[in-house]
Amino acid sequence: MTYIAKPKFHHPGLKKNELGYTHRDYEGKISTLCAGCGHDSITASIIEACYELSIEPHRVAKISGIGCSSKTPDYFLGNSHGFNSVHGRMPSVLTGANLANRDLIYLGVSGDGDSASIGFGQFAHSIRRAVNMTYIVENNGVYGLTKGQFSATADRGSKSKKGVTNTDNAIDLVAIALQLGATFVARSFSGDKTQLVPLIAAAIRHKGASFIDVISPCIAFNNHAGSTKSFDYVREHNDAVNRLDVLVGREPISVDYAPGTVQVVEQHDGSRLALRKLDADYDPHDRLGAQTFLQKHAAKGQIVTGLLYVDPDAEDLHTHLDTVETPLNTMDEQALCPGSAVLDKINASLR
Amino acid sequence: MKPTDISAPDYFHKVVDCQWACPAHTPVPEYIRLIAEGRYSDAYMINWKSNVFPGILGRTCDRPCEPACRRGRVEDNPVAICRLKRVAADFKDDIKDRLPKPGPKNGKRIALVGGGPASLAVARDLAPLGYHCTVFDGDPKAGGMMRSQIPKFRLPDSVIDEETDYILDLGVEFKGGQRVDSLKQLLAENYDAVFVGSGAPRGRELDIPGRKEAAANIHIGIDWLANVSFGHVDKIGRRVIVLGGGNTAMDCCRTARRLGGEAVKVVVRSGFEEMKASPWEKEDAIHEDIPILNYMVPVAFKHVAGKLIGVIFQKVRAEYDAKGRRNLVPSGEPDETIPCDDVLVAVGQENAFPWIEADCGIEFDKWHMPKVDPKTFVSTNPKVFFGGDAAFGPKNIIWAVAHGHDAALSIHRMLSGEDINERPLPEVHVSSQKMGIHEWSYDNDISADKRFKVPHRDKVVALKDIRAEVELGYDLKLALGEAQRCLNCDVQTVFAAPLCIECDACVDICPMDCISFTENGEEDDLRQRLKAPSPHHDQALYVSGDLKTGRVMVKDEDVCLHCGLCAERCPTGAWDMQKYLIDMVQAGSTCQSKARSAA
Repeated sequence: MTYIAKPKFHHPGLKKNELGYTHRDYEGKISTLCAGCGHDSITASIIEACYELSIEPHRVAKISGIGCSSKTPDYFLGNSHGFNSVHGRMPSVLTGANLANRDLIYLGVSGDGDSASIGFGQFAHSIRRAVNMTYIVENNGVYGLTKGQFSATADRGSKSKKGVTNTDNAIDLVAIALQLGATFVARSFSGDKTQLVPLIAAAIRHKGASFIDVISPCIAFNNHAGSTKSFDYVREHNDAVNRLDVLVGREPISVDYAPGTVQVVEQHDGSRLALRKLDADYDPHDRLGAQTFLQKHAAKGQIVTGLLYVDPDAEDLHTHLDTVETPLNTMDEQALCPGSAVLDKINASLR
Repeated sequence: MKPTDISAPDYFHKVVDCQWACPAHTPVPEYIRLIAEGRYSDAYMINWKSNVFPGILGRTCDRPCEPACRRGRVEDNPVAICRLKRVAADFKDDIKDRLPKPGPKNGKRIALVGGGPASLAVARDLAPLGYHCTVFDGDPKAGGMMRSQIPKFRLPDSVIDEETDYILDLGVEFKGGQRVDSLKQLLAENYDAVFVGSGAPRGRELDIPGRKEAAANIHIGIDWLANVSFGHVDKIGRRVIVLGGGNTAMDCCRTARRLGGEAVKVVVRSGFEEMKASPWEKEDAIHEDIPILNYMVPVAFKHVAGKLIGVIFQKVRAEYDAKGRRNLVPSGEPDETIPCDDVLVAVGQENAFPWIEADCGIEFDKWHMPKVDPKTFVSTNPKVFFGGDAAFGPKNIIWAVAHGHDAALSIHRMLSGEDINERPLPEVHVSSQKMGIHEWSYDNDISADKRFKVPHRDKVVALKDIRAEVELGYDLKLALGEAQRCLNCDVQTVFAAPLCIECDACVDICPMDCISFTENGEEDDLRQRLKAPSPHHDQALYVSGDLKTGRVMVKDEDVCLHCGLCAERCPTGAWDMQKYLIDMVQAGSTCQSKARSAA
C-alpha cells in the first residue's frame, strides 16, 4: 500500500467515453494490497472494461466475499453499489440481490479460497442456477492473507515459497463452471490486459452466468520458481485459443485478420464478439469439446486462456423462474404485499 | 528507439523544465523544497550562486521558468517560481558570512564597462578567484538598468543596494560617474581582459510628423524612467499616452500614474495578445486603471503653437499570409485622435557603441552589433568580451547573468592559459530518495491547490507614493502553500529494466498514464501507441532496454507528477526516485561546487 492518496490530477488529454467520463472516473480508493499484486491489474482491467462500455457506475453492484481478492471492489467503481459479504457467501448474496433488482449489473469478485474452498458449494449453485452476473475469480493458488498456504486451485506438484510440494489435486474452476452449465466461460491472466479487458467487457454484456478465472500471481507468496501461478510460468505456458474484440453499437467490424479466422458472435443485447482464432481446432460453442481440450492441455502443463465457451442465446434465472420484469424496489407496497386474500388464493391453488 | 541514456547530463536536466528554461539554470525545485522546510537562507544561497540577484530577480525576472513549468501542463497555472525566489530573499537571515571572501590577488586586472547585471555577474565570479575587477559606470551607483529603469515601486533601492554590495564587497572596485568614452583608452591601460556589459542604452525614436515641433512633451521612455529614478523628473501631464507594448511601456504608464497622470493610456500597434510585455505586467497596468488600446499605429503628433495636444492613430487589423506571417493593414476606419498632454515613447531599445573606435580590433555585423561568440562571449578582439544586452541586444536580467557566468569562465580560462572553447562538463549528482518502504526524503503528496496570489498594496495608497512597493510578497503561510505546488521534477523516475517483472503495477497506479509497456518502434510510431496521448514532442520519451517479454517500458516525461507512486508500487525496486542535481560550470567551479552541496 501507499501512504499518499492517488493524486486527483489526470492526463489532460485523456479520452472520454459516451458518458463524458475518463477511465479515472471509474477508480475507487487506492489499493492496500502488496505492491505488484496481480489483483491490482484485474482491478485496472475492470475499470477499463466499464469505461469502454460507458457503464453508468450507479448501475453496477459489486459483491465480494473475504480475502485479498474480495478487498478489490473497494479499489474500482467508487460510485457503484458494493457489498463485502461473508467468506464464500458472495454467490448467495449476489443471487438475492439479483432477484430483488434485476436491472443492475452484477459483478461478483472472489478468490480461489473464497470460491474453491469455503464457498465451493455457493459458487456451484450460483452457476447452475444461471444467475445473470459476471463472476470473476482472482486466482493466485495460495492463501495470501494467511501467508501463502496452498489453496484448492494450487496445481499438484507445484512448490510453495518454502519449497514444499503440493500433493493434493487441484480444482479447475473453469472445468467445473463448464460442467455446471455456465454460458460464458473464460480464463485469462492478470499480466495480459489486452486479453483480459475484452473478456470482462464481453462477460458483462452476456446475459446469463459468466465466469472468468483470472490467474493472478501473488507477488508475496507465489511468484517463485516451482510455482505454476507465477508471472514467468504463466507467460511460458500460456496457450491462448483466441483473441477477442467486443463491438458495441453499429460500427463495422474492420479487423484485419486473414479471412475465415474471425468469427463474429452476436449476443442477446446486440453486442458482437469478434473472435480471432489462434487455435484452428478450437470451437468456443462446443461445451464438451472445450472440456476435453482443457483436460488434454492441462495434462501437458499448459494453461488454456481465452474465451473458452459462449452460448449467445443463454437464458438466466429470471427467465427460468418467470419473475416479474420490474425490480422489486420500484414496486409499491400493494404489489409487493397484496394481502391475505391473494395468499389464500395461492394456497388454494396448491391444495 | 534506443534505450535512453540517462547518464547524459542533459537528459534529466531537460525533465526539470524550469531549470532547463532558466538561462542561469537555477536549481528551482531544490530551493523551493528548502523554502518549504523554512530554510530560507539556504534557498537564497542556491539562488545567489546561480543567478546572483535573487532579491532583484524575485521581483523583476522575466521568468522563462514559469511558462516551462510542468505544473502549467498539469493544471491551469505554473508554480509562482519567481515570487518564491523573493520569499527566500525576504525571509533569509544575514548571509554575509556565507559569501565568498575576496581571494588573494592573482595580479590580473579586469575592466568591466557598465555596472549592470552582466558586469556584476562577471565580477562576482572572478573577484573571489583573486582577479582585480574594476567596474565603470556613468551612474553614481551600481546596478545599471536595474536601478535606472525599473521603477522603485517594483524594485526598491534597498534591494538593489544589498545585492550589488554583496558583489562590491568582494573587493570589486566600482568607479561610479565614470562613463567609458573610449575603448581605445581603456585598452591602453593594459587590463588583462575587458568585459563590455554596457547594455542597450538608447531608446528607439519614433520619427513621425510633429515629433520635433512637440518635442517638449514627447519623452523617450527609458531616459524618462531614468530621470524619474534619479529624481530629475517628478511630474507629468494629466493625460498621458504611452506608445509601445513592452515591459518598458508598462513601467512608463504605471510611473506616469504616480506622477500626476490621471488618464494614462497605452496604445500599441499590434494586438493585445501579441504585446511583448509579460502578461502579469499587463495585468498590473490594467489593475491601475490604464487601458491598453490595440491595433492603432501612431501616424502624427498633433500640436498647436509648439504644444502637444494629441496623437493621431491609424486603425489597422492583422492579416496573415500563407507563411503565417502577420501584416498590419489599414482597416479602413477613420483615423482617431487621442488628446493628451504628454507622450512616452517606449517602442524599443537599441545598442549604441559610439565609444568603440574602429581600430580596437572589434568587428561589427551589418546590424551594427559586435561579432560575439555565443558560447564564449569573446569578441573579435581576444581580450574583449561582451555580455548582457550589449552582446545580443535587449533581453533581460537573467540572460545578462547567464552571459556573465559564461564570459567569466572564458576570462578565467584565458588567463589561466587554457582554451576558452573547451568548456568543462557540469558535475551531476544523482541519489536515491528512498527512506523506507513508502517513505521518501521529499514530500511526494501532490498538492491540489491553485496558484496563490501575491498580496498587493492597496491601490489608492500605492498610486500616491512612487516609492511604495506594490507587491508585498508572499507571507510564510502563502509561501508554504505555493512551495507545496512544486512537483519536484528534479526527483527523477529511474527505471532498471533487469529488475522488472512486468507486473503492470506502475502502469495501473500512475495517475497521469505516463507509463506504457509495449513493443519497441520508432519514436513517432511509439508516441501513437502510448497509454495516453503524447502531444508534446519536445518532451522526451524514456525508453528501457528489452524486457523478458520482448517489450520495452516507455515513459512519456511530459506530465509526470514525480509522485513516486510507480516506485512505491513496484515490487522489485525496478523504479526508484532519484534526486538529480546539476552543478553548472562557473569560473573556479571545482572549489565552489563543494559550497553548494553543503547547502
